[in-house]
Amino acid sequence: MYVAAKGGEKAIRNAHALLAKRRRGNRNLPSISLAQIAQQLTLAVDRVMAEGSLYDVELAALAVKQARGDLIEAIFLIRAFRTTLPRFGYAQALDTAEMLVRRRVSATYKDLPGGQLLGPTFDYTHRLLDTSLGVADQANEVDDQAGESKTADDAAAPVSMPRVTDLLGQEGLIEGAPADDGSEPFDITRAPVSYPVDRSTRLQTLARGDEGYLLALGYSTQRGYGRSHPFVGEIRFGDVEVIFDAPELGFEVSLGTVQVTECQSVNQFKGTATTAPQFTRGYGLVFGQCERKALSMALVERALRWEELGEERGAPAQDEEFVLSHCDNVQATGFVEHLKLPHYVDFQAELDLVRRMRAEHEESRRAADMKEAAE
Amino acid sequence: MNAHAVGGMPEITYNFAYLDEQTKRMIRRAILKAIAVPGYQVPFAAREMPMPYGWGTGGVQVTAAVLGPDDVLKVIDQGADDTTNAVAIRGFFEKTARVATTTSAREATVIQTRHRIPETPLSENQILIYQVPIPEPLRFLEPRETETRQLHALAEYGLMHVKLYEDIARHGHIATTYAYPVEVAGRYVMDPSPIPKFDNPKLDNCPALQLFGAGREKRIYAIPPYTKVRSLDFEDHPFKVQRFAKPCALCAATGVYLDEVILDDKGGRMFVCSDTDYCNGRQEAGHRGEMAAPVGEGA
Amino acid sequence: MTDQPLLIADGLSKNYGTRIGCRDVSLEVYPGEVLAVVGESGSGKSTLLGLLSTELEPSAGRVAYRLRDGRVADLASLGAAEKRLLMRTDWGFVRQNPADGLRMAVSAGGNVGERLMAVGWRHYGNIRDEALDWLAKVEIAGDRIDDDPRAFSGGMRQRLQIARNLVTRPRLVFMDEPTGGLDVSVQARLLDLIRGLVAELGLAVIIVTHDLAVARLLSHRMVVMRHGRVIETGITDQVLDDPREPYTQLLVSSVLAA
Repeated sequence: MYVAAKGGEKAIRNAHALLAKRRRGNRNLPSISLAQIAQQLTLAVDRVMAEGSLYDVELAALAVKQARGDLIEAIFLIRAFRTTLPRFGYAQALDTAEMLVRRRVSATYKDLPGGQLLGPTFDYTHRLLDTSLGVADQANEVDDQAGESKTADDAAAPVSMPRVTDLLGQEGLIEGAPADDGSEPFDITRAPVSYPVDRSTRLQTLARGDEGYLLALGYSTQRGYGRSHPFVGEIRFGDVEVIFDAPELGFEVSLGTVQVTECQSVNQFKGTATTAPQFTRGYGLVFGQCERKALSMALVERALRWEELGEERGAPAQDEEFVLSHCDNVQATGFVEHLKLPHYVDFQAELDLVRRMRAEHEESRRAADMKEAAE
Repeated sequence: MNAHAVGGMPEITYNFAYLDEQTKRMIRRAILKAIAVPGYQVPFAAREMPMPYGWGTGGVQVTAAVLGPDDVLKVIDQGADDTTNAVAIRGFFEKTARVATTTSAREATVIQTRHRIPETPLSENQILIYQVPIPEPLRFLEPRETETRQLHALAEYGLMHVKLYEDIARHGHIATTYAYPVEVAGRYVMDPSPIPKFDNPKLDNCPALQLFGAGREKRIYAIPPYTKVRSLDFEDHPFKVQRFAKPCALCAATGVYLDEVILDDKGGRMFVCSDTDYCNGRQEAGHRGEMAAPVGEGA
Repeated sequence: MTDQPLLIADGLSKNYGTRIGCRDVSLEVYPGEVLAVVGESGSGKSTLLGLLSTELEPSAGRVAYRLRDGRVADLASLGAAEKRLLMRTDWGFVRQNPADGLRMAVSAGGNVGERLMAVGWRHYGNIRDEALDWLAKVEIAGDRIDDDPRAFSGGMRQRLQIARNLVTRPRLVFMDEPTGGLDVSVQARLLDLIRGLVAELGLAVIIVTHDLAVARLLSHRMVVMRHGRVIETGITDQVLDDPREPYTQLLVSSVLAA
């Protein structure tokens, strides 16, 4: 006698209980607090906010904890939450020239107004494992004052830091920033994308795109697949005020600040019959401190502009539909992992077909043998 | 969604059937358009859902948009109510919409399915909602959406027949066994989702409304009740469905889709209904297959 | 040949940024006529072919075509549906690299049958018979019908591409260096085949080639291009035997010297 497998419900309950247990790990150790994650795994939290498209440090820290450190899973949790939030309206465009800068480097100028500000960075560290970090809570791991400026925070004193691209723009050496025509940008979370897309769609899609994917594509442009001769005009990270026009109130309201990383690349351009040669730009903007992502985004953004700049196409990073439709890691991971779901029914159909075809093959072979024997 | 700060962490409550009403309205508009243009893939702004893409987000959004408090919901995956993903989705709506659920295809007003059409004939007061992984029937012949959109607009479906031609040339018959393309209302070629082609005839002239949701690909399409649905074929190689050599080993049903179950490592196997509700119903009515438990023992 | 032109190009120009692809080209092609466009690489002949076949959009100028119903249509004014129908029924395009003109993963029969299915053929047996017929016409053995072109030699692929294009009996075929990249002996056989089919079917052909011998063998008339412009045009034998332009003289003599 056969009894069909039942009890999916119970199995799921048990699996989830086991997941909770594994998440907690050894109960003799203290549970990690959200504040600890937010303060000590800042870059993980930043990535979850950036690709989750939601600026909320506490929820991102919670997602990292709930996902056992699996960042794509954490991003997924944030997205599923974000999608339910009501939309009040659109803030004014961030003015990154007014950023409270915590780090700012330019690769195109040795010195420039506002100066270079190294800030917190892995650049120039020796990648040697630091065993002192493995020792639990040394009271004075780092000198509290180390690296801090005299103001209480690590932000630079508010000196003017004009964007490098603005400096180039004064001379007309770089294409102008696209003018704000006042229209509402396309919202990829509220309307279906249809190719080809406009710039706002492209930038939004890249801004929430997977860091590793954009890194690889950006890298490919450096290796000759859609070369655009980039320079890092500037990469800056810091706090920017978010301002909202409240029509009911009739005036602007500051909603607070967010930390963002902005990268503007300066790329070669030969000019056309109607335009004089000038530099072109690629743009990257990401929540939190995500420099690798911002830089990769700028490279890919520039590569995707081949058509408007009259360049030749041929590299993967220039293929808009390919690049944009595969850069979302929540979509990608869902579809790849859905292969774990049952496919009994389709497999049954294939099984049946293969058996039938094998039988037909066998029959025709036997018929051929018989014919041969008869001859 | 509402978030109230309680003890530092927000407490979260969700709207009926998870999605906010604005989103549902947007999805309903897409559904109406889909019904008005049978078989045409309507783009819609699919939301991120709390289950992964590829695991039924499209079907879940369509269900959330059409579900009312009085509906009775059935969810199946591979024909069965008790497969883990069906259980998870049913649980989701029990939790977020508190609707009544059932495993009975007759009692349900809304049925969400993955990969099967129930064996029990559907009626006019039912909606069948399919989960769709790849809505574009031409995708594997032509990967570019910009191109496939043109092909649909111009009803240029020669490429689809090239695929079928190749099957016959190589195998002697059409070797597509599931996600078998159909022409809807004499116009659009449509992917019926990965149902076995065995189920294709049930698409045709069906009294129930059939809705298809693809979350990741952000498309909704529909077959209105009583619509002509034709499986593509050649005049001299007409569409045929697979047949099973034996009846169901539990309920002795014939002319239904069967799952193969491996019984041991010596090649022992049996065939049972893929539609568990249909199979149980027949057993309760006294039908007994060759491997069913004797009457009185229960299965 | 009739006295009504099939295709008329008028003042065609195309710029790529500051680079000029093609400048102010006007020409006419008559039914059943083979027109060769010759010139060195970079002379603009491939750009011209792209413009004539509407694959490229001109910066200036227009292309008109006489449809089967006798109407002369400005190609830029045709809707997408009309244009595509034209391309898969009344026109053919034979590419230099057969991989660009064939579906490499589809069998020879499927490649030939695609256009038939696109215009509504739905009987497998009939499609197959027609494909076999065309394979024979281009000298491909019938037992190769179910092999895909990846298993074919360069010459066979090119012949398959021709069959695929001619199966709907088009009136105008564009050819872009159809014998380029083939061995000399293979070239000769292919040219013979093309010449035979063109005469048998009364095709009009616009063929782009850098090879004057190809132009001599196939074409009735030819145009010579340099720096994006047409510098000389005339009856093929006349142009080749008695070139007026110094550049054409140079082209002809360099071939003779080689």
